Amino acid sequence: MKKILEVESFSKVYGRGCPRCFEQTGAEQTNICPSCKSVVAAHDVSFSLHQGEILGIMGESGSGKSTVVKCLYFDEEPTGGRAVFYDNGHQHSLFDLNTAKQRHLKNHSFGMVYQNPHLGLNFDISAGGNIAERLLMSGNNHYEKIRSKARGLLSRTEVLPERMDEIPKTFSGGMQQRVQIAKALATDPPLLFLDEVTTGLDLSVQAAILDLILEIQQELNTAMIVVTHDLGVIRLLAGRTLVMKYGRVIESGLTDQILEDPQHTYTQRLVASAL
Amino acid sequence: MNKTGGYPFGFLDEYAKKEVRRSVLKAIALPGYQVPYSSREMPMGRGFGTGGLQLTLSLIGKGETLKVIDQGSDDSVNAVNLRTFVEMTCPDVNTTTKTEEATLIQSRHRIPEKELTEKQVIILQVPYPDPLTVVEPSEDKRKVMHGEMDYSRLLVKLYEDIVKFDEITISHRYPTRINDCYILDPSPIPRFDVPKMHHSKALILFGAGREKKIYAVPPYSKAEPIAFEDVKFRVEDFNDEHGMRRCCARCGSKISFLDEFMDSRSGKKVYQCSDIDWCNQELQLAKKETETEKASEENS
Repeated sequence: MKKILEVESFSKVYGRGCPRCFEQTGAEQTNICPSCKSVVAAHDVSFSLHQGEILGIMGESGSGKSTVVKCLYFDEEPTGGRAVFYDNGHQHSLFDLNTAKQRHLKNHSFGMVYQNPHLGLNFDISAGGNIAERLLMSGNNHYEKIRSKARGLLSRTEVLPERMDEIPKTFSGGMQQRVQIAKALATDPPLLFLDEVTTGLDLSVQAAILDLILEIQQELNTAMIVVTHDLGVIRLLAGRTLVMKYGRVIESGLTDQILEDPQHTYTQRLVASAL
Repeated sequence: MNKTGGYPFGFLDEYAKKEVRRSVLKAIALPGYQVPYSSREMPMGRGFGTGGLQLTLSLIGKGETLKVIDQGSDDSVNAVNLRTFVEMTCPDVNTTTKTEEATLIQSRHRIPEKELTEKQVIILQVPYPDPLTVVEPSEDKRKVMHGEMDYSRLLVKLYEDIVKFDEITISHRYPTRINDCYILDPSPIPRFDVPKMHHSKALILFGAGREKKIYAVPPYSKAEPIAFEDVKFRVEDFNDEHGMRRCCARCGSKISFLDEFMDSRSGKKVYQCSDIDWCNQELQLAKKETETEKASEENS
């Protein structure tokens, strides 16, 4: 299998930080440094991702799982660490690129679906326009081609193509999420980030969205990082899982193993409480 | 007290003029880039052409000839006031209404119909210098977008237009890309005037007094209005319901930009050249032709 992404000892600190930040925080303690009050959102996070694979990142609120994804998608700047993206024989060291190159990768090779559609979609322009935006960003400049591509993507994600010229404000939460997925898929990215995509949706819609994600993975062989606090989502989607607490990875491995035989006390409690 | 009532030549002090000239040089070196400058207080409200006026006053010298137009007209209040101001503060500067006589043209919302020459400079007054204001409210982010040539959101605007109205509905301030790099706001000139910027022989300068920006299109630069590959930019065609090009009711010109207004007596729509100097010259030309025709008829 081809490797897509390799992350090594990634860390992110909010605040000015001090030399003792990392030793004074951790899974067993807290994520706020007692000396300088900085928040260590993530530290020493390492993992790799292969083509067509879904990696789950699980943890409670504030455990740093979203931070990892946001930094990889260049929404935020990391404090330390390395991340290498492998793209058709090219290697990109993500955190060393300049902003123009980062934007190029973001537009061509990455896709992001946020928990809140307000972050991923522009609510002032039509659903089709949102997808057009992404196609235009990746250098597509043919009106009819953009239209037909957007129509195709929306029907693929089961949004009625007749509604493509309506603004997403008039859509239900589930439909907004589908439009967001369609937008993320517009450039056929090899890597997709899903940040709590089903949180806040009702169960039947959740199931439909998860089905859609699995179908996409199997059809397009897209690698994904799924961030969620929902064990059900992890069980259904992810082949491998990281469990995070207070910014540290406390357990990682095959999802089945982690859910059936959790080693860390925190994971044990998490799995037990989900039942 | 000298002729200018105690003020230096050109009203502005030498330091102010020097700064504007430096900004102009930078603007020419970076076609389409908005150069910030410290727009001075002028004895008129911001938004009344203070940006253009500061450029004019900094660039004009003795023996030069200035033309001031406001939407094509030489004698609207704004144009007359600006012209009088320059006449008062710049002794030995000539003013004219004829496009071809001017070395410096300050204009609001129009580029003259007559093709400009290499010896001329046109200064346009700009209310909103940044074309990205319609899609991004934060100036910080807009600067980054310009820096990375991230203009896709402007095209999204066009996309939405075509979806809603089947055509691009931007009538003025049409975003235009200069030399394949920066996209600028060509000030509120109509679409009709945008192609005149492409490979223009004259230097085009833009001054925004309130927003404190100067930018330029150097002579013979590429100026391409943004559009899709399959939906092209087009100018106003002024065709009537039968598909015929309307002509000016006064001079009969069929190639000029027309203003539409209501005839107060008949209540009908009338079309007339927006560029008054052009209209007058066409009229004189037509008169001469009829005279020579008459003369040749009499001779025969």
